[in-house]
Amino acid sequence: MFGKNEVLETIDMVEKEHLDIRTVTMGVSLLPCIRGSAEETAEAVYDRVMRKAEKLVPTAEALSREYGIPIVNKRVSVTPVSLLSASFPEKSPLIGSALDRAAKELGIDFLGGYSALVHKGMADYEEIFIRTIPEVLAKTERLCSSVNVGSSRSGVNMDAIRLMGEIVKETAARTAEKDGLGCCKLVVFCNAVEDNPFMAGAFHGVGEADTVINVGVSGPGVVQHALSFVPDADLTDAAEVIKRTAFKITRAGQLIAKEAAKRLGARFGIVDLSLAPTPARGDSVAHILEELGLSVVGCHGTTAALAMLNDAVKKGGVMASSRVGGLSGAFIPVSEDIGMIEAAEAGQISVEKLEAMTCVCSVGLDMIAIPGDTPASTISAMIADEAAIGMVNGKTTAVRVIPAPGKKVGDEVQFGGLLGRAPILPVHGGDASKFIGRGGLIPAPIHSFKN
Amino acid sequence: MRAVVTVAGTDRRGIIAKVSTLLYERNVNIEDISQTILGGQFAMIMMVETAENDEDFAALSEALDALGKSIGMSVRVQHAEIFDAMHNV
Repeated sequence: MFGKNEVLETIDMVEKEHLDIRTVTMGVSLLPCIRGSAEETAEAVYDRVMRKAEKLVPTAEALSREYGIPIVNKRVSVTPVSLLSASFPEKSPLIGSALDRAAKELGIDFLGGYSALVHKGMADYEEIFIRTIPEVLAKTERLCSSVNVGSSRSGVNMDAIRLMGEIVKETAARTAEKDGLGCCKLVVFCNAVEDNPFMAGAFHGVGEADTVINVGVSGPGVVQHALSFVPDADLTDAAEVIKRTAFKITRAGQLIAKEAAKRLGARFGIVDLSLAPTPARGDSVAHILEELGLSVVGCHGTTAALAMLNDAVKKGGVMASSRVGGLSGAFIPVSEDIGMIEAAEAGQISVEKLEAMTCVCSVGLDMIAIPGDTPASTISAMIADEAAIGMVNGKTTAVRVIPAPGKKVGDEVQFGGLLGRAPILPVHGGDASKFIGRGGLIPAPIHSFKN
Repeated sequence: MRAVVTVAGTDRRGIIAKVSTLLYERNVNIEDISQTILGGQFAMIMMVETAENDEDFAALSEALDALGKSIGMSVRVQHAEIFDAMHNV
């Protein structure tokens, strides 16, 4: 049973501290949709997504009403499209358009899976597919794309990374009138996970069941609020407070995930324990770190504070859910977190510090606007650094940077809504083009040989 | 199903009467009531038993929301499961 204090605490979490279920994401396998032609495949893809996810939005809305917890996003992830279009890769955009159309008709904000997995090698059809990404992201509105370029088991595919630097630049160029908005929908991963509910990097892995429900919880504001009651606690006690709070947040996610799966006739996949910020005040991961005693996120001590936060969230969350997965860690997207935005505007946080932070949390250099004239090889080098961190540490890392066309350090880009705004951060001016130009595969680290 | 009705806002006369009348009219059984004043704010929590089907629950939820607006308070109903899940191991 529960008492009135628990009832009031839950209501305060929702009303004052931005507790919400960040996303209910339905993963749908599209492998049964492969046909002899791109046109037929696109049609089958559209039909299957519409049929499987038909009730996703109304069901999530009903759950939200009944349990009194907002469900912010309803989304769909699908089998990596490069696997569907291997026989006609140049026509992959037809499938992309079909998915975008389905997303609009379902009333979901994003659909993920215009993706390729090339962490060990890139087939010709995969390269052709990847080269369609900029055009597809410019033409579509709600479709998200991701490419996995490395893994702890296989190493880092530097040929794919060289290509992805160019793809990021071209995606920005094709959406130049919107400050490179297309890049907000493109993630380059190392150790991508198959059950990620969060965008833009969600896709439905081939090892997954036919239709699953994955839920991403949130609640940076709830954690910050809980910490505000223990301003003088040592870090052991602070970690305990975070664990307890993460437990409660995750239990809400677990309940919604199981109920959503039941009502939608899908399997309950996982609960993703990530702390996901939004640009709203009171919903910031950066502010949790500042609550722990940093004057501004980005100063020395930030990495340690983040490591502690990330670990405590997992420990509380794991106990609360029967199936944990996805990315499960604190997110630090610059443009989507008011504390990060303000630190960046004040010149208090650098790309180098953000890179260090990605060693101890999920996911990577996320939603960072950089100068429009940043060379493709520099972007590739940033991806390579992140992939190396992920490969060596056995964790997911990613790069989602926006080389905003025509913008330079001191300017700002506005993407609106949950994508937020970001000042242009400087990148190192040195030249990595020779290194990137070498290509090949960075071999997997020795500690990956566990058999 | 078990549900929790919460009423919060500035204290005034007739709140319990209005809310319990609405519940009575919709065939909702009140099993327990507790109230408290928190920081000058009135908070009432009712444990209730509602109909099983979703349509009735949605209609009840809307009716309580409308009542809340008419008396300038926040009135909501939620499945009790959410509190059990969040606050019990």
